[in-house]
Amino acid sequence: MTTPAARRAPQSAPLPRPRGEASILHADLDAFYAAVEQRDKPSLRGKPVIVGGTGGRGVVATASYEAREFGVHSAMSAVEARARCPKAAFLSPRFDAYQATSRVIMDLLRELSPLVEPLSLDEAYVDLAAGGHPDLSDDGVRAIAAALKERVRERTGLTVSVGAGSSKLIAKIASDLDKPNGLLVIGAGDEDDALRGLPVTRLPGVGPATSARLRAIGVNLIGDLAALPEADVVAALGRTHGRGLWLLAHGLDDRAVVAERESKSVSVEDTFEHDIADLNRLSAIADAMARRVVDRMRRARLSGRTVSVKVRLPDFTTLTRSATLPAPTDDARTVARLARQLLGDVDVSAGLRLLGVGVSGLSDWTQGDLFAADTDDAAPEAEAALEAEPATAAPTRPSYPPGRDVHHDEFGHGWVQGAGSGWVTVRFETRDTPPGKVRSFRVTDSRLQPAPPVTD
Amino acid sequence: MKFQVERDVFAEAVAWAARTLPQRPPVPVLAGLLLEAGSTGGALALSSFDYEVSANAEIDVTVAEPGRALVSGRLLAEISRSLPAQPVDVTVDGARVVLSCGSARFTLPTLPVDDYPTLPDMPSTAGTIGADVFATAVSQVAVAAGRDDTLPVLTGVRIEIEDDRVTLAATDRYRLAVRELRWQPERAGMSAVALVPARTLADTAKALTGGAQVSVALSTGDDAGAGQGLIGFAGKGAAGQHGERRTTTRLLDGEYVKYRSLLPDNCAAYAQVETASFVEAVKRVALVAPRNTPVRLTFTADQVLLEAGTGEDAQASESLDSLFESNDAPVEDFSIAFNPAYLLDGLQAVDAETTRLEFTTPTKPAILRGGKESESAAHEQDLRNDYRYLLMPVRLSG
Repeated sequence: MTTPAARRAPQSAPLPRPRGEASILHADLDAFYAAVEQRDKPSLRGKPVIVGGTGGRGVVATASYEAREFGVHSAMSAVEARARCPKAAFLSPRFDAYQATSRVIMDLLRELSPLVEPLSLDEAYVDLAAGGHPDLSDDGVRAIAAALKERVRERTGLTVSVGAGSSKLIAKIASDLDKPNGLLVIGAGDEDDALRGLPVTRLPGVGPATSARLRAIGVNLIGDLAALPEADVVAALGRTHGRGLWLLAHGLDDRAVVAERESKSVSVEDTFEHDIADLNRLSAIADAMARRVVDRMRRARLSGRTVSVKVRLPDFTTLTRSATLPAPTDDARTVARLARQLLGDVDVSAGLRLLGVGVSGLSDWTQGDLFAADTDDAAPEAEAALEAEPATAAPTRPSYPPGRDVHHDEFGHGWVQGAGSGWVTVRFETRDTPPGKVRSFRVTDSRLQPAPPVTD
Repeated sequence: MKFQVERDVFAEAVAWAARTLPQRPPVPVLAGLLLEAGSTGGALALSSFDYEVSANAEIDVTVAEPGRALVSGRLLAEISRSLPAQPVDVTVDGARVVLSCGSARFTLPTLPVDDYPTLPDMPSTAGTIGADVFATAVSQVAVAAGRDDTLPVLTGVRIEIEDDRVTLAATDRYRLAVRELRWQPERAGMSAVALVPARTLADTAKALTGGAQVSVALSTGDDAGAGQGLIGFAGKGAAGQHGERRTTTRLLDGEYVKYRSLLPDNCAAYAQVETASFVEAVKRVALVAPRNTPVRLTFTADQVLLEAGTGEDAQASESLDSLFESNDAPVEDFSIAFNPAYLLDGLQAVDAETTRLEFTTPTKPAILRGGKESESAAHEQDLRNDYRYLLMPVRLSG
């Protein structure tokens, strides 16, 4: 007699079926951060621009296509990027400007379909099948995509690469194949041809580790992977991962486009130039991060009840610790207090490469705090008593990272070209002006102030 | 050691002395309950101590042989609670304590008595206070104390003594409860402050309501040195006649928040509601407010509308009669939102038939206090009227 367990047949779930038409769109802005900078800073148009952390351990977030010609690419260290392209403009990111532009673009995508799944500020899937479009033939989709590209250019001045296919996988590969300013529809039935010759690293989930293991079994191209029996792939990569990749290699992908979920957490993190082992310094950094997180939460009219701290040790071990409050807060000191306490529970003696502070469990209401009500009439002594250690003083002098928007009472809106030794050099121009003039000011010049980006 | 004791008297005393024993004692002897027979006449002393809190009870027993023994307090409490209603005989037999009651018999290993720390001496008595008033006042205030150990100062109840007036206050920074009451100080004109762990204080006050009075003993950090402040309480347990209970607890260190400046002198508007029906209504609408999402209150001249839930989530509303009066210009209606758990805590702590809610603005704290001051209440100022529960509203950003 066989037991039920012994009788269980090998699990062969039904194969995912891609759609019969290329109705999933993948929109991907071209060199987004750099493109926004070039749009807003006319003097940089046509020149290499590198956006990213400008410190010693900074990393390139985006390089303009001009900079890419020098071999600069995202995730490269800023040091290497400078070595390869010393003439490039190195700018600190202006996330508020990118966010504003991203909102415009996401709204344009939502005009195509209610099912829009943003992957980041500059990338999203759109399910055209949910948008009531009468013609989803390859030509029909091509027309929709072309109209979208035109509207994005009109509204934001940026170029977007659009790919369409019968699945998310194919749509993403299509947008990638024709970058920049691309438009490629891979029709239903053409998936295998499109995939076969591409390196296996184009598949989602194939990073350095997986690709090394695949190389070991002779797989370099997606076609190589598709040619293998599923069992071989599973043997090399494990059941879940192996089967998943094997299916993707055959273009078998039925992942749904999931409309934007509400954000689940707000966090900031920084990789340090040098590992930091001084708990006092780390606590001060955590304080500053708490302020940044709360600042972003408040702008989004959010509060949260779970505070977490993320640390990365020199050996790249990453730990997360969290604590939950009885009620949501948007008070920076409360977040800072918990963050400091969580950090205190971590052994930092070996130093930290990275520190992050985040808030989750987001709500749209905040339990008021008796001792934070408003500092004018809510007992400042009470406040002082609660703050056992003084929070590190916020920088009183404005900081002028390269690229930052500034306003000068006499010369108007401009951006920081460089700063140091008590001087700030500003170029006065906006997206609607010709390339502007450069002037330098003392940092202490009261007519010069940091300014929000000019948005439409 | 050998003695016989009445079952109920024994069980109650063991429960009292064992209640503060640590769950996971840092050293094994601290899990022990010290039994001392005959050292003070025909009595048995039961003691426990965890370096923070000490508890001590004295009961009448028939001592056959004086002596002392240290046994697991938790086990002894469980055993004595489950014994049949018959006299209990306790004997030390070598390294074991034998406990028999009726036909039940227990043999417990002893812990080394010599390793047990000496209990702190009771500080000198500062005054006495009515046991019931004290228990009520402490429970009214302790509800607002913080439970977050990262702000230890807020886990305490602040006790301020000024001659014959005592002020109790606690806040978790979302609400603040303040109660004033009178007591009989040992010496006129005395003045002292103490910060007592709220949970211990609440347990203690509740456990000492058997007699008419509780005596309070205090040695503040000032005379004893920082970190050495101690407060002691002595009184009688539930069944009064069974001897005295004493407890000491270490005071919390640290500067307490300056809460008095938060108590406004006047209010812009106030509402009066019938407490019991308001509590019921808040509980009902809060059913759709998971994780204490806010309950919104909108007051009009003679009604209050309670609402909870937004958007696609479940929603609830209910209206009740209430009086609403504005001290300044007439106000059409006034809306404010609260964490329902905090609101309920306050309403229940007010402990009065009607509750008066005083408002300034929807973003400023509201004050809950017993409503409708009766003629007699004006005379006994030391009772319910001197309770205030200050509650910070919830800000809705949606």
